Amino acid sequence: MKSKLFWPIVILLIILLINLFFDKNFFTIEVKNGYLTGSLIDILNRGAPLLLVSIGMTLVIATKGVDLGVGSVIAMAGAVGAMTVSGASGDSLVPLFTAIGLVIGISVLTGIWNGVLVSRIGVQPIVATLILMVAGRGIAQLITDGQIMTVYYDPYTFIGGGHLLMLPFSIFIVAAVLAVASLLTRKTAMGLFIESVGTNPEASRLSGINSKNILLMVYVFSGLCAGIAGLILSSNVASADGNNAGLWYELDAILAVVIGGTSLNGGRFHLMGTVIGALIIQSLTTTIYSIGIAPEINLVVKAIVVLIVCLLQSPEFRKKVFGGFTAKKTEKKSEGVSVS
Amino acid sequence: MTKKLQLDSKHLPLIATIGLFIVMFIFGSLRYTGFFSTQVFLNLFIDNAFLIVVAVGMTFVILSGGIDLSVGSIIALTSMVAASLTMNAQLSPVLVIPTSLLVGTILGFCMGCLIQYFNLQPFIVTLAGMFLARGLCYLISVESITIDHGFFSFMASTRIPVGGGNFISISVIIAMLVVIAAMFIAHYSKFGRNVYALGGSEQSALLMGLPVAKTKILIYTVSGFCSSLAGIIFTFYMLSGYGLHANGLELDTIAAVVIGGTLLTGGAGYVAGSVVGVLILGIIQTVIVFEGTLSSWWTKIAIGTLLLLFIVLQRVIVARSKTNQTSVSSH
Repeated sequence: MKSKLFWPIVILLIILLINLFFDKNFFTIEVKNGYLTGSLIDILNRGAPLLLVSIGMTLVIATKGVDLGVGSVIAMAGAVGAMTVSGASGDSLVPLFTAIGLVIGISVLTGIWNGVLVSRIGVQPIVATLILMVAGRGIAQLITDGQIMTVYYDPYTFIGGGHLLMLPFSIFIVAAVLAVASLLTRKTAMGLFIESVGTNPEASRLSGINSKNILLMVYVFSGLCAGIAGLILSSNVASADGNNAGLWYELDAILAVVIGGTSLNGGRFHLMGTVIGALIIQSLTTTIYSIGIAPEINLVVKAIVVLIVCLLQSPEFRKKVFGGFTAKKTEKKSEGVSVS
Repeated sequence: MTKKLQLDSKHLPLIATIGLFIVMFIFGSLRYTGFFSTQVFLNLFIDNAFLIVVAVGMTFVILSGGIDLSVGSIIALTSMVAASLTMNAQLSPVLVIPTSLLVGTILGFCMGCLIQYFNLQPFIVTLAGMFLARGLCYLISVESITIDHGFFSFMASTRIPVGGGNFISISVIIAMLVVIAAMFIAHYSKFGRNVYALGGSEQSALLMGLPVAKTKILIYTVSGFCSSLAGIIFTFYMLSGYGLHANGLELDTIAAVVIGGTLLTGGAGYVAGSVVGVLILGIIQTVIVFEGTLSSWWTKIAIGTLLLLFIVLQRVIVARSKTNQTSVSSH
């Protein structure tokens, strides 16, 4: 566990320290208009949707799956949410709850769709979720009629832009989802079930675990997380854009999970690692903008950081580069991880 | 008897794909005037020549059980390099084309090495490759570079008559040569057999003494080369280099390969199937163009539905062949 989280934390700290080098006030948090403001809060706030999607993705990847549909679910959820409240105005909270209800309903439905394909029909996850990735964006555009829909309804914009206890409201949503996920997976046997299904579904089934339902459940959870992320995103910009909302989120989320030390081969997962991974990606983006590097280079920097993190986590790489003495140590360490 | 049945079920996705294509073509011909013509059929090749080339490369990757997400970005990068070398550096096409082809080949080779030697996931490595290639595009230029050069216009506008007033483009010929070469390599060469073996089971391939490392690296190099070649064809088609070219193409390519009957688990599939897969994606577009009133997002929904149908079909076939025989050799 320690070795898995060590490099991600180091990388995150390096990225944050690079910022300090360019901006002396990077770590300062001030009170402005009654809210806490500062770059760190900003990273948390802007990273909220990615954090949510990544938390859901972690559980999916732990079962040796992958959910490529999350970006499209974000687009669909945003479209449905914005559509529901598009006519609403004033202070009545009814449209808000209708919107939230609909979004949750739709995202759970997409999760069930993916989950049934994977667990009941036995389709490879990457293909099963590819369907929704391709078709979902089309459906989102169908809902918004290809237009960018604008919302003029304050309670809706509160979800992504509002504040609670001087902090952005979206941070609380992430914290709640993270808390629920951690409690369910670490305080109940659920986490163990997920890991065992990810390691060997057949063996898990033989030992009495309903692996099909576990699979179904993780996809529903991932869909739900993506739905809430879509709600936050569309509320944040007070509009829905079927074309671009949540574009490439699935890839960022998978990266966050991998950077966080969860293997794409399933098995042991690290929710905290994922959170750090998502924060790395978000701070990287923020850093690139704040340092004044041309946004064009954003992708190149991202690619290089991803490769560095993945290489540092690869036992083969450490063996080859750090050689003899360290190799023995890493081997022992990785053994310890797989056993624990 | 079992052998005959197995052969049938192995070919079934390919037959279904070809059947679907014919049904769609008949549907279009009955519904729209002017749809039933050789030129409409040939246009499918002209408009999708680059996609055919990428799909051929992707077929090898998927046959081996891997995945290559970088193809779309490599197309964009190749178009960018070609455009920038031609317009900004004023180099001759004799230099520009080989240099541009090297771009994808080298990137593919590097990704293959990372995947093989550091045991990284193809998904993540090619994802990083995708970011890198797109990023490099913007490093060259943020704006689109229009190509104004005799050679490129010649390649873009030359029409090769094929009789009856119909024509194809030079790109189609390049694509067809690639397809023929790939079919030969896949079915009659050592490399092809190694790819199928690798996709069947890497462990077994290793134990059999096949050159797994060499094959794996070569697969990604071939895919990179195909993407670059597709990038050149795409450049002929668009006559410009732009960082946003072929955005999201990797998924279209994967969809075409899957619709073409290649199993994403690796080990089973045909290059010819991927070509038909591309044609099916093309005919969906054509139908939507002919319909006129249908919006473009229906394309996505149609492709999604088709993907679903074919995946379920594949599952049924795999499940059946598993019950028919217990040995591993089924696919």
